[in-house]
Amino acid sequence: MSFINVKHVSHAFGKEKVLEDINLTIEEGKIFGLLGPSGAGKTTLVNMMVGILSPDQGEITIDSTKVPSFDLMNITGYMAQSDALYQELSAKENLEFMGSIYGLKKSELKERIQHVMKTVNLLPHLDKPVEQYSGGMKRRLSLAAALLHQPKLLILDEPTVGIDPVLRKEIWEEFRELQQQGITIIVTTHVMDEADKCDELGLLRDGQLMAKGSPGELKEQHHASSIEEVFLTVGGVES
Amino acid sequence: MRVAAVVKRIAKQFKRDRRSLALMMIAPLFVLTLVWLVLDGDDYEPKMGYSEMPQPVIELLDEETQHLEQYKKEEAIDLMKDGELDAFISIEGMTPTTLLEGSEPSVNSAVMRVIQESLKSLKTNTQIEEPTINYLYGSGDMNLFDRVGPVLIGFFVFFFVFILGGISFLRERTQGTLAKLLSTPIKRWELVTGYVAGFGLFTIIQSVVIVAFSIYVLDMYMVGNFVELLVVTILLAITALSLATLLSSFAKNEFQIMQFIPIVIIPQVFFAGIFNLETLDRWIQILSQFMPLTYGAEALQQMMIKGAHIYDVWFEIMILFGFALVFFILNIRVLKKHRSL
Repeated sequence: MSFINVKHVSHAFGKEKVLEDINLTIEEGKIFGLLGPSGAGKTTLVNMMVGILSPDQGEITIDSTKVPSFDLMNITGYMAQSDALYQELSAKENLEFMGSIYGLKKSELKERIQHVMKTVNLLPHLDKPVEQYSGGMKRRLSLAAALLHQPKLLILDEPTVGIDPVLRKEIWEEFRELQQQGITIIVTTHVMDEADKCDELGLLRDGQLMAKGSPGELKEQHHASSIEEVFLTVGGVES
Repeated sequence: MRVAAVVKRIAKQFKRDRRSLALMMIAPLFVLTLVWLVLDGDDYEPKMGYSEMPQPVIELLDEETQHLEQYKKEEAIDLMKDGELDAFISIEGMTPTTLLEGSEPSVNSAVMRVIQESLKSLKTNTQIEEPTINYLYGSGDMNLFDRVGPVLIGFFVFFFVFILGGISFLRERTQGTLAKLLSTPIKRWELVTGYVAGFGLFTIIQSVVIVAFSIYVLDMYMVGNFVELLVVTILLAITALSLATLLSSFAKNEFQIMQFIPIVIIPQVFFAGIFNLETLDRWIQILSQFMPLTYGAEALQQMMIKGAHIYDVWFEIMILFGFALVFFILNIRVLKKHRSL
């Protein structure tokens, strides 16, 4: 049994179909990339995995538990597309708040805040109000907030938007490190070069899962030299 | 405890956002003062002209008017057209006749009162003593401000908490923190309770400030118990807050919160006790029974003017509590839209 099972998931917002019969399995400890243009349904799908959106049809199980479940929420770290930070509060206060929601003890929380802020390179800005942060800094702080309670599963919606290449590289290195600790990571992205860094990819377009496999497999299957080409091929455009 | 975490966070946000805090605390005082300035004036003394009036009447008129002079009727009419004169009194045949400028009802009634007082002196033969007037409630010094004051206190508490509560819960949604929060193991009731408690803290301070200012600075008529009064205003504030957070889930942005003001707030001002509803249509009286402010204002009026205690207005208190409870539960239900758990 895979860690994450998405079974026959369909969803519509009003008349607009966003996801159509998605079936997907993700193994534990993998970095899974959900790749696709904006409007493909990536956010809808990850929100369903997080449990903040119920699919019209189908179901999702994680670790043999049906989503949504409070147990799963305890082991999941979620980073939304919007930064989801309280602008008036400092980074530290934001993290303290999230930490106390997860029920972290005071001393543990203090230590975790230091750790995650170091991870995202924001330690010097710990006491700065978030409204003084740049876009990229806010993104990193959101990531820090998702890492705070040491989740087993990280669900990250476009985590590297607005982050410069150097830092993006560092963040991906951190993902690898987290993976080595056995953490499963799901990342959505529309940046093709990030796709190569994932263990596994799901190509999503117009609410349909077009292809799934490791970057190498996908390239081989479609006789393509890059993921971008794979995308064009499965999308029906010959290159 | 997650509820405590939410409360603490709201308190910190308030501490940072000084302007919103001022809106909640200072703005009601400012507006109350304006209303006080307008309503707490002395009785108006009219400007009058006369011709051929008996001397005792003139003397009495003179006491009650700011301007009194003898004119010809035509002169008087011209002065009225210029706004210099409110009324002209003369004797035509045997009856005293008054010509009123007439465009301002409050001035009209002031004139009538003055004239009636003065004409009494003509009937000196009738030897009935003036009646002594005693008050069961209130006093002879009570004016309009004292009567509507309790309603105003209730209204301002309601209004400002509604705006702030609505907008801050809306922001929670638009900035994505609500989704983030719902991805954590927080229960929906914990979130709503945290909100009510966090804001509740500030509404207590707000209530103390508004009530103390009204009574001790603006000298609003008050024979009730200060602390009991606070129980009502705080309950009213919590009703406003839970209604605001509930409605905010039907708004896309701050502007749409503002759109609730004419629909939800303004009717309550008109029909919840500032004006006497007994003379209005039946359907308005029925409508007013669905408004939380009606009960809050009624309880406050009973307390401040009639010296009622909590147990005297238990019905109003229970209804307010009921409103708050229903809104609270609906809030928890509405969050289901985001997370079914």
